[in-house]
Amino acid sequence: MQLLGLAILYSRLDRAVRYNCPGTEPNPLKLTPIDYASLIIYFAFVMGIGWMVRRRIKTSEDFLTSKHSVPVWITSLAFIAANLGAQEMIGMCASGAKYGIMTAQFYWLGAVPAMLFVGLFMMPFYYGSRARSVPEYLKLRFDEKTRCLNAITFAIMTVFSSGISMYALGLLFELVLGWSFTSSVLLSAAIVLVYTFLGGLTSAIYNEVVQFFLIILGFAPLSILAVSKAGGWKGISAHLQPVMTHTWRYVGHASENPMGVEPFGLIVGLGFVLSFGYWCTNFLVVQRALAAETMAGSRQTPIFAAFPKILMPFVVILPGIAAVALMSTASGYTIPLKHGGGYDYDQVLTTLMAKFYPNGTLGIGLTALMASFMSGMAGNVTAFNTVFTYDLYQSYIRRNAPDKHYLWVGRITTIAGVILSIGCAYLATYFNNIMDFLQLVFAFVNAPLFATFLLGMFWKRSTGHGAFWGLLTGLVAGGMTLGLTVAENKGGWIANLHQFPSSMAQNFWIAIISWSTCFVVTYVVSMATTPKPESELHNLVYGVTDLPHEGGAPWYKRPGPLAVIVIVVLVIFNVLFW
Amino acid sequence: MNDLRRPTGILFAVLGLILVLYGLIHPGARAELDSGVNVNLWTGLTMLVFGGCLLWLSFRAKS
Repeated sequence: MQLLGLAILYSRLDRAVRYNCPGTEPNPLKLTPIDYASLIIYFAFVMGIGWMVRRRIKTSEDFLTSKHSVPVWITSLAFIAANLGAQEMIGMCASGAKYGIMTAQFYWLGAVPAMLFVGLFMMPFYYGSRARSVPEYLKLRFDEKTRCLNAITFAIMTVFSSGISMYALGLLFELVLGWSFTSSVLLSAAIVLVYTFLGGLTSAIYNEVVQFFLIILGFAPLSILAVSKAGGWKGISAHLQPVMTHTWRYVGHASENPMGVEPFGLIVGLGFVLSFGYWCTNFLVVQRALAAETMAGSRQTPIFAAFPKILMPFVVILPGIAAVALMSTASGYTIPLKHGGGYDYDQVLTTLMAKFYPNGTLGIGLTALMASFMSGMAGNVTAFNTVFTYDLYQSYIRRNAPDKHYLWVGRITTIAGVILSIGCAYLATYFNNIMDFLQLVFAFVNAPLFATFLLGMFWKRSTGHGAFWGLLTGLVAGGMTLGLTVAENKGGWIANLHQFPSSMAQNFWIAIISWSTCFVVTYVVSMATTPKPESELHNLVYGVTDLPHEGGAPWYKRPGPLAVIVIVVLVIFNVLFW
Repeated sequence: MNDLRRPTGILFAVLGLILVLYGLIHPGARAELDSGVNVNLWTGLTMLVFGGCLLWLSFRAKS
């Protein structure tokens, strides 16, 4: 989850530290022509997809929203692939090594329940409202100012997220491959630009599916090789502290588990506020479900996606855990050290690849890493251009232009989005502290939004003034909490009123406070202001919407029974790794 | 383009085939931590089979 990438990888943005580290082999990945061949074939392929899709693009909606034309198996895989950025792959492997299997909480607790919720309860309103974006839903349900606030925060956040992840990739490739920062940043950005410019959202979604398969096929062998070398799960358990191989057993007290979190913070902060805030309200993922051909398809999208999501920890987290076990078995593997001491967990994934993959498969692994980066970036770019074109340009700059004009604006915004991302990546190389701070802020930006949606979709009485002030105070409350508390020397720039045991705990509590503030303020202001008449709330709010009935469909196409199966599978995995 | 399975199938079949051939020509290409397995051959085979399945599904749907 991007959340984790943002929440824990503070150390990432520390460029100076990463060079000339003693004991670190420079450029551990040595590529040969066969590895370059995979990369080049893949690059040609992604641009080819854009070229093939381009003929479909006739209107701005074709370009920006795919106009409800994508089959459900494709939207489902795109739903999780858009979130599987390179930062996620590297970050999850790193936290596997740092925190053990408890990292799986970010999938099992921090994603799957929210994915079921958005499919079961929220898609009927998103899809039924015919809104083209999440901010546009807010406009239909509440008012113009709420849309504006959300559209602007979202647009800024996507550009910076994409820039930060580009920065991280450029840094990593410079370190492990010896490629120059500029050339890897420009090359990857150019390829993403080509296929999103040609084929818009459809091209991005189609490519995300290919990227998803490539990520699985490229990283699963690493997981298998590393785990079997470490003696299987039994061998791993024998070599590691028990905290590393249990998800729930040590959650009881913050001092007992490596994440430094206590049950309330974990379950409410991560499992409810942050996870529902991300999966239910972030336009980046919601956009994929909205591209489905039918309402039924849009509801199945996140629920189908939950199945591979449950299994992802075995591909992305397990290698990190195996890496730590390998260190204690005299296998010859060690995690590189940071300059200031301590392990550089961000390098676990790439060093494992260097040790386990021969040339040939190494190229596939690297292509998979590149693919994960591109899927994350294309996700940001295609969400950014839609929000900018419809929610900012069409609403505030030029209202009643012919559609051709908006198609043109959409394409220009795609180019602008990529250029702004590159700009942010370079900004990050000069102003580490600002980026560090922004990551802390992004970690809670979505938190209050879920309170707005919960009240907006399920409580007729909530009003536009309520939503706007709730969101604004929620954001301010989050910022204040960050300014008044300290964890791992982060935050506390106003005063130090409370010390958290870990920045993850701090992050969870900021989210809880931000969400609660938004909820209470929205409620209070709504009660004091006039609500919209019910006639204007059709298809937007529970109680005045005809809910879809899928009684005639077979069980494996109905969201309810599918969600029950997901829950059963989820419980089994939680028990197995208790 | 209506069926994504076809181009995707071709991509994985091609990447898999290259890897299989490389694995057969250079069976001695091993990484530092070797488990005695020809990693290239097996990874390539998996990708080839996966690509083949996608192509088969796509052609079956058409006929």
